Amino acid sequence: MPPDAVRNDAILVADDIVVRFQTPEGPITAVDNVSFGVKPGEFLSVIGPSGCGKSTLFNVIGGLLNGYDGIVSVAGETISGPHKSIGMVFQEESTFPWRTVTDNVAFPLELIGMPKAKRVERARHFISLVGLDGFENRYPGELSGGMRQRVSLARTLASEPKILLMDEPFAALDEQTRLLLGDKVLQIQQELKQTTLLITHNITEAVQMSDRILVMTYRPGKVKRIVEIKLPRPRTSEIVGSEAFGRYVAQIWNDLREEANRGMRDAEKHALRQEQAL
Amino acid sequence: MTTADTPIVTSGRDYSAPLVGFGTLVAFLLTIEAVIRIGWLNRFIVPPPSEIIASFGRLFTEEHILYRFFFTAGECFIAGVMVTICGIAIGVLMQRYSLLQRACETWVAAFASAPLVLTYPLFMVIFGRNAWTIIMMGFLSALPPVILKTIEGISGTRKVLVNVGRSFKLTATQQFWKILFPAALPTIFVGIRLGLIFALINVVGTEFLINFGGLGQLINDLAERYDLAGTYAAICFVILVSVLFFMGLEKVERWLRPVA
Repeated sequence: MPPDAVRNDAILVADDIVVRFQTPEGPITAVDNVSFGVKPGEFLSVIGPSGCGKSTLFNVIGGLLNGYDGIVSVAGETISGPHKSIGMVFQEESTFPWRTVTDNVAFPLELIGMPKAKRVERARHFISLVGLDGFENRYPGELSGGMRQRVSLARTLASEPKILLMDEPFAALDEQTRLLLGDKVLQIQQELKQTTLLITHNITEAVQMSDRILVMTYRPGKVKRIVEIKLPRPRTSEIVGSEAFGRYVAQIWNDLREEANRGMRDAEKHALRQEQAL
Repeated sequence: MTTADTPIVTSGRDYSAPLVGFGTLVAFLLTIEAVIRIGWLNRFIVPPPSEIIASFGRLFTEEHILYRFFFTAGECFIAGVMVTICGIAIGVLMQRYSLLQRACETWVAAFASAPLVLTYPLFMVIFGRNAWTIIMMGFLSALPPVILKTIEGISGTRKVLVNVGRSFKLTATQQFWKILFPAALPTIFVGIRLGLIFALINVVGTEFLINFGGLGQLINDLAERYDLAGTYAAICFVILVSVLFFMGLEKVERWLRPVA
């Protein structure tokens, strides 16, 4: 178990998570003995190269994946399956195209049977929080990719989860939108004191937002290092240009470079094998 | 300035396409009229378009075409309601139980291309020479596209939407009504649109074959009286109804997809 001093007072604990998959080329271990904890109000990022099992870890913690070894617990309660305390924001576009922005955001409130007038009012609060005032009655198809991700974020926040779990929510966006949206997420996180776990492969994004960054190895995905980011808060995207920020990025890239190289070599070998098989 | 940098300025609605379409139709009718008047085409096989147009009036006054239209529309409506309820229900069941889907999907697809209208004697035996035979023929022919498109629509729901539902701990019923069904609705409606068109064709066809009911029977009556202009006028009326029906369904489909 890696040294992780915060696990005692953590609201979310992942303990010895191991995930194995059967593939046509034999069994592979996607996640291997991953353990960590997230303190209340903390922003933790999990970073690693493609194929290191980040999204698998996201699915395990979100309760979308069964058949793994280890324990995930929220506030001491072991969970199996999706948990009401965990709100998920997905990498892919996940708004409901048949609902307006307000109806999308009000979705979790509708599920708990909140009266319509009240849930519309609550939904408008979260729409405003993500900066989408004026778009309440638009359909997702009328919005840009960044705006749709903000709708997804508002919908998840509307369910008032104790833990916000995000899987590369800005991956499909351009760099500028990504930085600005990062600002928005930071602002919301600081405003709501929202415990957040971000899965990402983007070093800048991770350093900009996190209190700690968990660096994963390439397959099998293990915890390589946990880096504490001691940049002052509140932060915005302006911090990206600072010297201290650059040092953190370089440090994490040093950790990741070797893993990314392994991943690339593995992908090349796989492609060669496929070519030979043909 | 070259053609490439000429800005395209659009002001108001462009009517050129419908105008060209209408012009083509008029040109076609004028050509047929001329060919018949010259004597290249026998007017006892194809009556001149001018006579067909002239006989439209008596279809309303003497043949009560509006009453017959509503009769056919009523049969189509009942067949449509039945096919929507049964088709979607069967599609959902087949999608839900993979064994059922694997066992039946192929022959449901085969049914879609089979000339089901030939089974009308069977329905005459079961229901007699009445509207139910016609409705059942319409219903049966419309069923396969609704079933197949329901399966396609539900199976094609993006996994991330299902995962959003799971993350909010939706029950199976909530997952169906709040995510799977609305996500599949545009595709299901394509099936309903196809099904209703098949139903209309088969309803009119069966009316013609069993000489009962609305527009199909009218065409049969007029043909048996050798009233060629009236027959063609009635056929044109059915085509017009089908076109309007199709356009109406397209509008509903666009409404179901508020934003592409």
